[in-house]
Amino acid sequence: MSAGANPLRDVRDRRLPRIAGPCSVVMFGVTGDLARKKLIPAIYDLANRGLLPPGFALVGFARQDFGGQEFSDMLKAAAKAGARTPWRETVWTQLEAGIRFVPGEFDDDTAWLQLAATMAELDEQQGTGGNHAFYLSIPPGLFPVVVGKIKEHGLADQSSGWRRVVIEKPFGHDLESARTLNHLVSDVFPRESVFRIDHYLGKETVQNILALRFANGMFEPLWNSHYVDHVQITMAEDIGIGTRAGYYDGIGAARDVIQNHLLQLMALIAMEEPVSFNAESLRLEKQKILANARPATPMADHTAQAQYTAGWAGGEHVVGYLEEQGIPEGSRTETYAAIKVDIATRRWAGVPFYLRTGKRLGRRVTEVAVVFKAAPHQPFSKNDIEELGKNALVMRIQPDEGVTLRFGAKVPGTTMEIRDVLMDFAYGGAFVESSPEAYERLILDVLLGDPPLFPQQEEVELSWKILDPVIAHWTRQRSIDTYTSGTWGPPSADAMMERDGRVWRRP
Amino acid sequence: MQINLDATTSPEIARALVRARVDSGSPAMDMVLTALVVTDDETVGEALRTAATLSREHPSRVIGIVLGDGRGQPRVDATVRVGENAAGESILLRLSGPLTKHAESVVLPLLLPDSPVVVWWPGKPPTNPSADPIGRLAQRRLTDAEATDSPVRTLMATARHYAPGDTDLSWTRLTPWRALLAAALDQATGTVHRGVVEAGPGNPAARLLTGWLQCRLEVPVTERRSEGEQIARVVLETDAGDVSIERVDAESCLFSVPGARPRHVPLGPRTLAELLAEDLRRLDADDVYHETLTHLLES
Repeated sequence: MSAGANPLRDVRDRRLPRIAGPCSVVMFGVTGDLARKKLIPAIYDLANRGLLPPGFALVGFARQDFGGQEFSDMLKAAAKAGARTPWRETVWTQLEAGIRFVPGEFDDDTAWLQLAATMAELDEQQGTGGNHAFYLSIPPGLFPVVVGKIKEHGLADQSSGWRRVVIEKPFGHDLESARTLNHLVSDVFPRESVFRIDHYLGKETVQNILALRFANGMFEPLWNSHYVDHVQITMAEDIGIGTRAGYYDGIGAARDVIQNHLLQLMALIAMEEPVSFNAESLRLEKQKILANARPATPMADHTAQAQYTAGWAGGEHVVGYLEEQGIPEGSRTETYAAIKVDIATRRWAGVPFYLRTGKRLGRRVTEVAVVFKAAPHQPFSKNDIEELGKNALVMRIQPDEGVTLRFGAKVPGTTMEIRDVLMDFAYGGAFVESSPEAYERLILDVLLGDPPLFPQQEEVELSWKILDPVIAHWTRQRSIDTYTSGTWGPPSADAMMERDGRVWRRP
Repeated sequence: MQINLDATTSPEIARALVRARVDSGSPAMDMVLTALVVTDDETVGEALRTAATLSREHPSRVIGIVLGDGRGQPRVDATVRVGENAAGESILLRLSGPLTKHAESVVLPLLLPDSPVVVWWPGKPPTNPSADPIGRLAQRRLTDAEATDSPVRTLMATARHYAPGDTDLSWTRLTPWRALLAAALDQATGTVHRGVVEAGPGNPAARLLTGWLQCRLEVPVTERRSEGEQIARVVLETDAGDVSIERVDAESCLFSVPGARPRHVPLGPRTLAELLAEDLRRLDADDVYHETLTHLLES
């Protein structure tokens, strides 16, 4: 009997949450930053919401040598520190029963034998039923050895239960390496068992964009080159690179954020209406956009890259990128990147998409601004509308998801004066049961085996095809522009907009 | 920002709302529904606090309605609050005199335009919620049989007048139990032959759970008395063995399915605000609830 035949389930019964079947998560790099700050708390939150299967197990695999108790104490501290739901000791006690730790180097066969034995023991003791998800929370450089060992020890064998693998962005650092990575993984796991995760782009965000665009009759008629002047997609962070020097240097803002996050957002904003909202049709529409998108040329005029320098950010004095710990002298890695993308479709011809991202910018915000053309004729005098800008519809993605509409309104008084006003909608302060964070939904999707809304290999490759020429152009430059920490980016980025007669929004 | 209005009218209250909003410096509003709370002097404070917590997930205009003494002159006293630890706005209305029979005339002008209206009776509900003058204003009507003196009788009485949009919170309290049972049958795939629900006497949630299981499984499910008030144990006998969920303490239960070792699973109590939030996520009729009630009335 399949789950669909369960007499207690009914599609109309929308109160019942879907609880994942029995399974375990085997986490590589469990002592890393990401695991401690995000993954472990997310697992606790899922358990607390009652969405994890009874008998869920978590296996940590890392180089450190922990005792079993020491390990679960560390996880407990991490869960407690990062949990978004209230702390309940009983929930943790029950979760703890399924926690195991396997110490060892990733290339040490004895450790892998121990892992295999642990997984078998869990199937027996916890009832995980041969279902295991491998979460690779490790630097991409270690993928080959880990994936290789999974195969060598027969751990990807799906005959007794499902096996899935989760990979975090970045998916390679250019087209070439993305392909190599894909070969490596698809050699061991079938396509539907590979979950590529971009934690910036939660399912909630994707669904919010789809709802706004396609559930409303009001916006779609305007969603084309007749009415839209241009689109600005911004992901700004107020923090520096922190402790991520080893990962960040040599990768840079464009590869870290534009390749996956911003191009995905662009595809969601620009795509045609999918015939259905299943993962496959959605992917199809996004791919059409990515296949037809090209960076505007000449690149010298339409791109900008820069590094932050020391300055005051949010009331704090911070060092420049080159003074950050672990950054080699004279590094050319960009911490700010802006590009202009043209999409060659009937809907978008002549409407540029400006993508920018950076660290140590004015504040933390991710947003998509659709900026409309000015009214073709103004019955008001030039004086009256001096302070009127272009109408804009802004989808705010982080923090506080919401929508802002900017339009002109008359200033109260006897003179005719029209000025921009903002109308803001923020749904859900989210206190009672806050909406599940990106990681929770994502882990749940993996455990449920839901086809993820995350990109598959084709999209990853198409995105690199857009970005590779830009990065090639940048590597040919002799110097890199700079911007003071806490400001909204380098002069070259402003100049790039000025050439088109536009300006960046201050988000 | 709080404004007190004694012996007032609806238009004055509406003006006070706008004034309060402008004074607190935010002319824009992003509220998604109006929540009416019909209550009495004793419980109104607690009920409004719950509704205020709720408005953090569903920003709303909360209108508390206290029906006072029916004798004397008609009179409306109101307190208007904007901001202050809650998203949205709140109005507390105290009605007395003949107005206690015509509360809807005061409430109607104060509803948010063109958006859903929800009414919640934290105490004794009207027997026919959808025919109640205030109930008629709302798409969703939430009653709470457990808050009354004879919970099961209240539940069955309102069930006889079920209209789409009605829900009793004892159904909402059941969701974690139902979710666990559904998860258990995802795993234990044998056919179910019979079932038992053990609970304290007069537990409306147990009655609903029994009805739901009978209705879905189409096998005999019996209700048995046990110690305590809550649901203590649910057992489903299947081909492969027993599926059972047994409460261990206030926070957890023991979950066993055939072919796997029994395990402790969290099953803690939920606050009223959490229950209401679950209910407000859906503003349409709950068909499964309706079927369960129909089944209970017929059996």
